[in-house]
Amino acid sequence: MLNVSIYRYNPEVDDEPYMQDFQFDTEGKDIMVLDVLEKLKIQDPSLVFRRSCREGVCGSDGVNISGKNGLACITPLSEAVKGNKLVIRPLPGLPVIRDLVIDMGQFYAQYEKIQPYMINNSPAPAIERLQSPEERAKLDGLYECILCACCSTACPSFWWNPEKFIGPSGLLQAYRFLADSRDTATEERLANLDDPFSVFRCHGIMNCVQVCPKGLNPTKAIGHIRNMLIRSAT
Amino acid sequence: MGSLRKMSFDAVIVGGGGSGMRAALQLAQSGYNTAVITKVFPTRSHTVSAQGGITCAIASDDPNDQWQWHMYDTIKGSDYIGDQEAIEYMCQTGPEAIFELEHMGLPFSRTEEGRIYQRPFGGQSKDYGAGGQAARTCAAADRTGHALLHTLYQGNLKNKTVFLNEWFAVDIVKNADGAVVGVVAIDIETGETVFVESKATVFATGGAGRIYASTTNAHICTGDGVGMALRAGFPVQDIEMWQFHPTGIHGAGTLVTEGCRGEGGYLINKDGERFMERYAPNAKDLAGRDVVARSMVLEILEGRGCGPDGDHVYLKLDHLGEEMLNSKLPGILELSRTFAHADPVKEPIPVVPTCHYMMGGIPTNVDGQALTIDREGKDKVIEGFYACGEAACVSVHGANRLGGNSLLDLVVFGRASGIFIEKQLSEGITLKEATEADIQRAMVGLNRINQSSDGENAAVLRAELQTIMQNYFGVFRRGDYMKQGIEKLDELRLRVENVYLDDKSNSFNTARLEALELQNLFETAYATAISAEGRTESRGAHAREDFQERDDENWLCHSIYFPGSKEIGKRPVNFTLKTREPFEPKIRTY
Repeated sequence: MLNVSIYRYNPEVDDEPYMQDFQFDTEGKDIMVLDVLEKLKIQDPSLVFRRSCREGVCGSDGVNISGKNGLACITPLSEAVKGNKLVIRPLPGLPVIRDLVIDMGQFYAQYEKIQPYMINNSPAPAIERLQSPEERAKLDGLYECILCACCSTACPSFWWNPEKFIGPSGLLQAYRFLADSRDTATEERLANLDDPFSVFRCHGIMNCVQVCPKGLNPTKAIGHIRNMLIRSAT
Repeated sequence: MGSLRKMSFDAVIVGGGGSGMRAALQLAQSGYNTAVITKVFPTRSHTVSAQGGITCAIASDDPNDQWQWHMYDTIKGSDYIGDQEAIEYMCQTGPEAIFELEHMGLPFSRTEEGRIYQRPFGGQSKDYGAGGQAARTCAAADRTGHALLHTLYQGNLKNKTVFLNEWFAVDIVKNADGAVVGVVAIDIETGETVFVESKATVFATGGAGRIYASTTNAHICTGDGVGMALRAGFPVQDIEMWQFHPTGIHGAGTLVTEGCRGEGGYLINKDGERFMERYAPNAKDLAGRDVVARSMVLEILEGRGCGPDGDHVYLKLDHLGEEMLNSKLPGILELSRTFAHADPVKEPIPVVPTCHYMMGGIPTNVDGQALTIDREGKDKVIEGFYACGEAACVSVHGANRLGGNSLLDLVVFGRASGIFIEKQLSEGITLKEATEADIQRAMVGLNRINQSSDGENAAVLRAELQTIMQNYFGVFRRGDYMKQGIEKLDELRLRVENVYLDDKSNSFNTARLEALELQNLFETAYATAISAEGRTESRGAHAREDFQERDDENWLCHSIYFPGSKEIGKRPVNFTLKTREPFEPKIRTY
């Protein structure tokens, strides 16, 4: 039997959060952490977590699994269990609403701040705007972000300044638009990021890269933005 | 019961997926007070899982491509019960809708000329079937749904749409005139129940693949819109038509895009034989999805399945080479490695037909207006009520949807609904009145769950429902089995209505949502069962062992399921094209 320890907190009932232990029979299978949560919820329907696609593309079920942020639906037990124990906590650094569900308001606010949409005020052609495969390739590794918040909630700078530092996810998206040959608002975008906090609180410790379930590299994107900011200042 | 808090909007869209956000965008752009009620944060909606692309004649791969050929393919694919007027509108308007998405920033893959990359998909042809395989599916690698959904969310942020994120619509508020006045919804975080009143209520609630045990669909695809419509007494159309996608990963159910076969992959049985050559000599692995899924099941039933239990077949991709797979199908490599423990660069993916798409739904016209049928059998518009996307049946897919047409459907008809409501609002539609009793009627189901003192757990009942649907209403169907299935559903109905909610707390109570979703799953499943048993022919995805032929004399029509009588009626298929003579039904071969 696997020991599963889960963070529990229901604001209507509990004065403070606690860890609840469950015994779980894996039947010897290397199932996903989400499968464990789903089965435990049948046993205890009051256990609360988010989930949707169960295949790692919707970004709902970011949680802290045995100390590392990740998506429950694509993290197999073989990667998550240490010493026959699985520990599941909410993503750190943001307020907990209940059990494994966090309030992501601050995270989304940072995303909205970077103007996450195409800006191009020239009249659109009757067909698509042309873009070469090479120009399009610059968006690879950027547009695939699923907004799961695993990266930003693994980042001490984001924990410290969640209202001022955009965080790795938001900055990855900021660069996604800066890098897009069809976007014409480069100056405006850089001006909005040009303060001591939005970008420069990144100290390059790469926690974000280590946890990203999509294998993306926000630190690299942040490096590109820094270079663009420095170049535009000179 | 005191009165509920009331919120009021020009338009309320229920559902934050592709069609809902496209409708919302249209209305928000023109300055109407528009709200999206969505039970998950919008980018968690199931549109995100669409992989291969969005089919549309933008004439990139082939400069001579024509939307009329796409129209022909879609009508043929529908096995001739798709409404030709709606299909014509979709295929003709499609390019404009795609270019808008591109202008909004959707990161499509590109050709050397810098245009949008298009790949071949099943059921696609040039020159009305005479010119061979077409490549008409516009793609952003194999993450087109993700790219589309995020782009639409971004467009809505830009246009200041109001998002009621993590709110769950419980039931329709209908007034004495039968008009829809809004919905009762729960703010999931606080548990507060609110009456959301609107001049126009659009259901963009997606599909219900979770009525089956094995599905490519997300956990959230629970038929909420169909369930609410049926409880309000409105009919649903062609709900027996469920698409089983040929390639769900065996065991996990996760989707493997048809784009794999479009890019040159193919299916093999345990002898390594490319068996689709026998079933569809011309199109082979790119025949209609219904044809491919049935062929796979026959291979398995005849003992040529793969694996120790012979219960799946293989999708072979390794011959395409690592470089090509990395650039065109990177998401598939990830999914296969994670869920099938198979690396497609070296070995085939174990796959099996898996429930994927609901062709049926709430009947609508091309403007998204939801319809009911009056006593004389005539279409009647339901005031204040609209539907688009998978929840709707407009009907562009008929008995079988072509790959890549779902994203086009949701964009084109989300947009069309928005445009029509925009026009109505500008002409000045008044808010319909609802009485306290009308609102309380929408609270009945929720109240029953909140007051439950004994009964069974929602998860247990849901699993039982899914097993019944899987066993009695799957790829192949038979009248006597389906009658048994219906008896089992009749027995299950009371138990579902008496579902027990142990945890009555308010804060982010997902057990309450699952109990409500179970009601929607059940209504959708029951309508499916009655309609499937009633349609005594084989057409498209509906394959009966006891009625193996298509019966155009009796069934070249839509089925309409009425929740009051629990019976089905018939509704004529639209054969009126604006630009040419209609396409007459022909024998469908690939």
